[in-house]
Amino acid sequence: MADVQLQLSHVQVNVAVGEEVRPLLTDISLDVAPGDFVTVLGNNGAGKSTLFNAITGDKPLAGGTITLAGTEISRMAPEKRARLIARVFQDPKMGTAPRMSVAENLALATRRGQRLTLGSRKLRQQLPEFQKLAAQTGNGLDKALDKPTEQLSGGQRQALSLLMATMRQPELLLLDEHTAALDPHTSASIMALTEQIVAREKLTCLMITHQLEDALKYGNRLIVLDAGRIVADYDRAAKAKLTQADLLQYFG
Amino acid sequence: MSLGVSAIGQGLLYGLLGVGLFLTFRILDFPDMTVEGTFPFGAAVAVSAITHGIHPLVATLLALLAGMLAGLTTGLLSTKGHIPVLLAGILVMTGLFSINLRVMGRANLSLLNQRNLFDTPFLKSLPVYSDSVVVGAIVCAVVVALLIGFLNTQLGQGFIAAGDNPTMARSLGINPAHQQVLGLMLGNGLIGLSGGLIAQNNGYADVNMGIGVIVIGLAAIIIGEVVFGQLSLSQRLIATVLGSVLYRFVLLIVLKLGFAPDDLKVISAVVLAIAIAVPQVESRLRIRRVLRNGVTNNG
Repeated sequence: MADVQLQLSHVQVNVAVGEEVRPLLTDISLDVAPGDFVTVLGNNGAGKSTLFNAITGDKPLAGGTITLAGTEISRMAPEKRARLIARVFQDPKMGTAPRMSVAENLALATRRGQRLTLGSRKLRQQLPEFQKLAAQTGNGLDKALDKPTEQLSGGQRQALSLLMATMRQPELLLLDEHTAALDPHTSASIMALTEQIVAREKLTCLMITHQLEDALKYGNRLIVLDAGRIVADYDRAAKAKLTQADLLQYFG
Repeated sequence: MSLGVSAIGQGLLYGLLGVGLFLTFRILDFPDMTVEGTFPFGAAVAVSAITHGIHPLVATLLALLAGMLAGLTTGLLSTKGHIPVLLAGILVMTGLFSINLRVMGRANLSLLNQRNLFDTPFLKSLPVYSDSVVVGAIVCAVVVALLIGFLNTQLGQGFIAAGDNPTMARSLGINPAHQQVLGLMLGNGLIGLSGGLIAQNNGYADVNMGIGVIVIGLAAIIIGEVVFGQLSLSQRLIATVLGSVLYRFVLLIVLKLGFAPDDLKVISAVVLAIAIAVPQVESRLRIRRVLRNGVTNNG
């Protein structure tokens, strides 16, 4: 295993506003070790989502390079990067196909990043495995395998999105405020499930959150973005000493 | 009686049009206007090929390929040229009008005294009009069976997901643009095939025979959904074919009521508009859900 799983080197992302070109990310350099669980904090507009979009390829780089698991991915098409990177979105509607059943969504996720062929989707053979997988969410998802996902609750959908993102072990898991749209109770249970899966699969993970409590509680490293730069970076030891009051100074 | 048989036959042959439109309008969730050019394109290619001495079966397959080519053009204009797909379809439809005139060399080309697909000894031995029922039933059965098989493959599931949620599809490594081109090619291929078969059944191809066919296709889809209610995706393909047959009977009844054939298009348009627009009708016929499926979820 390499010492660095994800390396961002002098990453720059710009946006054109009319004639003017404005920087969204300015010279971001970041090394993330394998198995690191990094929480990402920052004001609205600090560049957190842009950072994720740069990593997934949804926003092109104006400069710098991104290397993941030893492969430079800076110029790779987003669909190609999907083999390496899994993402869970804030909006529960974004992560699943609404008219397809839970099982069909899971079956698609087993082929993430792979070439789709005219071979059978093998739905029936995979059902027992899906049943077991869905049961660990503890929210009744395993009883809803035949249901279209549009009939699921927000919590069930996010749990499903999380399972889909992790069932084929990704080199990098990106969690984009994935509990922000849920009620506090559901949010807590999805966070618990997240921590359990990330630890079990030893995933390298970045998680954007606005909950200072979650940012402190989860993960072994914390970074703060402001105006397109990383303005603070706390490792495990430093993070353990942090309080919410310390973090509030970054939000003014 | 024979009018009813004719309606079934025509309904089955137009059923392919409904199924082709279903792929883009329902699964990929956008209105594909190419259809209005593709249908006469398939007809023009099939009829011209036959008048040039090509075997009717080969000519029918050429109609299918012609339709796929039209769909490919719309798909590339939309995904590579970044033209909104509605406009891309209109551009191809408009261009095809001239191309159809070139293909036929005139506005209307007859198959008089030419052998076509319906001129086999077996079909000739059947009661009047039932030849189109036999051909339509066979072609629809084969096409629907192949499509159901396709939709249950990995690629087919990726195709459905790309229409359902492009963002999610991309995050799983599926390129929605490729799926869009695939859907347009498959859909328009079937519509070209439908045009080729209808032209042989009618005995001629006409450059204006595409006007309003998108309404015919939509009518088949919506009648199928309204009459048969909640179904699986595979069942909905069959329901669309049956919807197309029912639509022919609706037209038959309208003609029996004394309306002129010239009025059929305005009647079809008004009925479809009412079914979609009036809330009371909509909720009673459960179109609301169906329509939401058709026009939302486009990421």
